[in-house]
Amino acid sequence: MKIFFTRFYAILKARNLEFFRDRSSLAWSVIFPFLLLVGFAVIFTDDGKDLFKVGILNAPATATATTAVATPKDSEAFLAIQHIEFVNYQNKETALAKLRQHRLDLLVDFSTSQYWLNETSPNGYFAEKLLLGAAAQSQDLQPSPQPQLVKWTKKSVEGRQIRYLDWVLPGILGMNMMFSCLFGVGYVIVRYRKNMVLKRLNATPVTALEFLTAQVVSRLMIVMFLSSLVFIGCDLMFNFYMLGSYLDLIIIAILGAFALISLGLMIASRSRSEELTGGLLNLATWPMMILSGVWFSLEGSPEFIQNVSSLLPLTHLVEGARAIMTEGATLMDIKDHVLTLVIMTAIFLGIGTVMFRWEGDGR
Amino acid sequence: MTAVVEVSNLSKRYDDVVAVKDVSFSVQEGRCFGLLGPNGAGKTTTIEMMEGLITPSGGEISFFGKSLNKESLKEIGIQFQHTALQDFLTVGETLDLFGAFYPNPANKQRVMEMCDLVEIKDRRHQKLSGGQKQRLLLALALINDPKILFLDEPTTGLDPHARRNFWDLITKIKQQNKTIILTTHYMDEAEYLCDDIVIMDQGSIIAQNTPSKLLSEHFSGAIIRLPVENLNGLSIEEFGRAFGHHHVDIDAVDVETSISNLLKKGVKLDGLQVKSANLDDLFIKLTGHQLKSAERN
Repeated sequence: MKIFFTRFYAILKARNLEFFRDRSSLAWSVIFPFLLLVGFAVIFTDDGKDLFKVGILNAPATATATTAVATPKDSEAFLAIQHIEFVNYQNKETALAKLRQHRLDLLVDFSTSQYWLNETSPNGYFAEKLLLGAAAQSQDLQPSPQPQLVKWTKKSVEGRQIRYLDWVLPGILGMNMMFSCLFGVGYVIVRYRKNMVLKRLNATPVTALEFLTAQVVSRLMIVMFLSSLVFIGCDLMFNFYMLGSYLDLIIIAILGAFALISLGLMIASRSRSEELTGGLLNLATWPMMILSGVWFSLEGSPEFIQNVSSLLPLTHLVEGARAIMTEGATLMDIKDHVLTLVIMTAIFLGIGTVMFRWEGDGR
Repeated sequence: MTAVVEVSNLSKRYDDVVAVKDVSFSVQEGRCFGLLGPNGAGKTTTIEMMEGLITPSGGEISFFGKSLNKESLKEIGIQFQHTALQDFLTVGETLDLFGAFYPNPANKQRVMEMCDLVEIKDRRHQKLSGGQKQRLLLALALINDPKILFLDEPTTGLDPHARRNFWDLITKIKQQNKTIILTTHYMDEAEYLCDDIVIMDQGSIIAQNTPSKLLSEHFSGAIIRLPVENLNGLSIEEFGRAFGHHHVDIDAVDVETSISNLLKKGVKLDGLQVKSANLDDLFIKLTGHQLKSAERN
């Protein structure tokens, strides 16, 4: 057992030195997610731009007193909110198409007290809250002792507004972890195999288990260190929304990284070709980029898409981290994500270890 | 003398290609054993089967009377023909890494001194010259204080000065009673370093003995080398064998008689060289015969 740890530690140390001394790669690992977040911050906090875009069907001026359930004061209060871009529509189908495409966050018809919301749009959620809040505010201001009831669908209203930046942060950090885990392990192992570093190690008493364990732990340390660095740095700048426990966040991040590293190991278990491995890694990363809820919510998307999404480890990492950060969820609340990541890790690691070859196919 | 390595009826087949055919030999303790042959002869495949890196299709390999297994790797040191090391590590760190793989590693300082690495121990291995890199790879092969050292074409790509330094290093290691198994296609290297040699071609052993015995078996007297244009239009085969495109080598048991016969046939003696046979000549003689046989078939 002592020799296992001696060998494990030697390989771990060598790999960490290799990574941290590669200045250009290290710099990029920090700068890329930072730039991405700064970019989003610039785009979504620019004073000259509106935060939400709301479509208004049958604009209030055309509403008649007999058909309206919402009062004119409702529309006035809502339309007076700053940083919302209001767009009038006469054709409901056109407006609904835009809503479906996320080109509108909310569509409101004051004449019938109806509103339409795209469930997959995080901005829509907030716009909806603003609408309901405005309606409630206008009732409070009515001088009548018996205020007219407004029949909007009642929703709970968050006290503090969540920026898109807060919502997208777990996705961007998760995506960066995904690239670091998959390419950082997959490419490195294939490069080692191709330039015969693995062949040289195979000519020593080092076992595959010792080597692979060191690679996994090394990448885990690197990913967690860099992600923490980016998170802390960006948090100092943007003061992220964080309702849950940092410990829970770290645990879900470690589980997610572990699952992604194991996936990288599995993909790189045999191949000697960087081109093939690059293709396989892209095959794994692109669906996760799109279908893991990094940029937009998949709630309300077709069941098939949601089923595919649930098979991707990044989905569970992002959704788990997002629930902790924006909803204050605990590990128990997200136990499905935790359990799925543990099972995925066991499967990927098991297959990767069994399939692993020092010299790859062809020898 | 004890045989430390025994190879019996070893063979390796890749689909339709037979890389090694029924090869058998033994290596004695403390000797430098050379596997010689042209590219594709099966040397590297044979040595990698002995190192446990390639699974043989048939035959047996034993070290100190025991079949080859992962434990055997603790007793052997290996320097590959082509290898890379983990990037961004210094010479000293690389030795530390490999030393950690073994339960009883050699003293790192002593290994560095032997391989002349002390002055460059803090230099990253990517910045080493060809000769320094080969010395580092040799040091890695020695870091477990092995009883048997495998060197696969260790001086390929080195300049003559670096090669000569490397040979001196191997000689020093040999003096420590370590057994060395070496593959090379440099005949002068084999002649300088090896006590016993095996010559391989097309996966089979075509000659096996000490260098001096092999030379005496295949050559007597000297070799007369002449430019081809001196032959006066006669065929090369009538005199001996071609050496490159422009010379013919003639085996001469008695040099005076041979020269006299050449003059009788009208052969000019301009540019004539008389030399003793070496392993280069033996190699060309043996593999040349083999290639001709293959062509006839």
